[in-house]
Amino acid sequence: MSVRQSLLAILDQGPCYGYQLRAEFDRRTGSTWPLNVGQIYNTLDRLERDGLVEKGDVDDQGHVYWQITDAGAAEVRSWLDSPVERGHGTRDELAIKLAVAATLPGVEVADIIQTQRRSSLAQLQALNRAKYAGENPDGPEELAWSLVVDSMIFAAEAEVRWLDHSEQRLAMHPNHAMALALSTDKPKRGRPALRQAQGPVAEPVEAPESVR
Amino acid sequence: MTQTVLRLIGVTQQYGIGATAVSALSGVDLEVQRGELVAVMGPSGSGKSTLLAIAGGLAIPTTGEVVVEGAYLSEQSPKQLARLRRRSLGFVFQDFNLIPTLTALENVTLPLELDGFRSRAARRAGRDALASVGLEDKASSYPDDLSGGQQQRVAIARAVVGGRRLILADEPTGALDSVTGELVLKMLRTRVDAGAAGILVTHEARHAAFADRIVFLRDGRMVDQTRRDGAESLLTGAR
Repeated sequence: MSVRQSLLAILDQGPCYGYQLRAEFDRRTGSTWPLNVGQIYNTLDRLERDGLVEKGDVDDQGHVYWQITDAGAAEVRSWLDSPVERGHGTRDELAIKLAVAATLPGVEVADIIQTQRRSSLAQLQALNRAKYAGENPDGPEELAWSLVVDSMIFAAEAEVRWLDHSEQRLAMHPNHAMALALSTDKPKRGRPALRQAQGPVAEPVEAPESVR
Repeated sequence: MTQTVLRLIGVTQQYGIGATAVSALSGVDLEVQRGELVAVMGPSGSGKSTLLAIAGGLAIPTTGEVVVEGAYLSEQSPKQLARLRRRSLGFVFQDFNLIPTLTALENVTLPLELDGFRSRAARRAGRDALASVGLEDKASSYPDDLSGGQQQRVAIARAVVGGRRLILADEPTGALDSVTGELVLKMLRTRVDAGAAGILVTHEARHAAFADRIVFLRDGRMVDQTRRDGAESLLTGAR
């Protein structure tokens, strides 16, 4: 969604033709999100369909200049004024992996955490490297690039902090995990609402010595 | 050519004796080369600060050896140890630890003067060290007149003054905002690249990522470490 809105915000600065719009987008995002020109034209077509942009002048070389409509300008303002809605829900692959792993007898969750932490730190090192490799760290393009790379750096760091936290939480848990054997109480067919409320939950099995 | 600046060999630190003994560190082996910055991470109580104190000769390990630039600390007299600490090691702490009644330059040259340097030579080395952290124009400022980031840069200058090779930094960005903290780490990184070696104790992954290698401590043991991938610096990686 942010590509569509970003292109619209650039057009709010003045009419552009397709290639020019792509170059402007690259310049303002430190080329961290390369778009092909097909995506640009697809987006422009949809924006035109929605009445947010329209075709304007054509120059000598046949470039079609797209310009923003009043509705488009209002859309830009509303985009800038409103927060970005992140995806909700808890279906984060790593969180689910750790949660399930913590219930598997004989699985070293601490090792899974460490493997992930090593990988996240390697990613952080690579991001740091990417960030400081530029020639002129104070140029406008480097600033745009830094802003985007910073967001990736902080996301990776947040993951490591969460891993640290999870490790501590597991270390403080009496069994260092909550190993569950397969439940002998097989779920019945049919809608949960038709069953008796709250079937018995499997008793936690004592974690084997190897689970830390 | 690699040059080992610091070696910890089977270092164990125990507090108490017998059944109630607590191990702060157990059998830690670590080598830090010239031009290398090693980050130490681990939860509170994992032994990070103990490791740093032992590496800096501030604590004597129960067993094991610490070797700084070829000198076995266990073989040094207290006087020799004090001299070695003054000449080879520089500490950077979270709260800067500058002396408020001394100027930036005087703070930086203090260890040299304690070491018997002539005043003029000490001042020259001090100015060089301040210049290396971009603070040559703050030589006569007092710590209170400097921002937190500037004070920490003075502390880094003090840590490397007179050609000291080993910088031991304990959460050096803990008291700084994130952008200033990053600047200070870049400075630390640059000093290491210029020929020092460093250990950086931190709980922030973002800052540990400035290091060439990251070691993890848990309950006093080194449980893992990232590999060192080449001698390139983070700041010059793309070259």
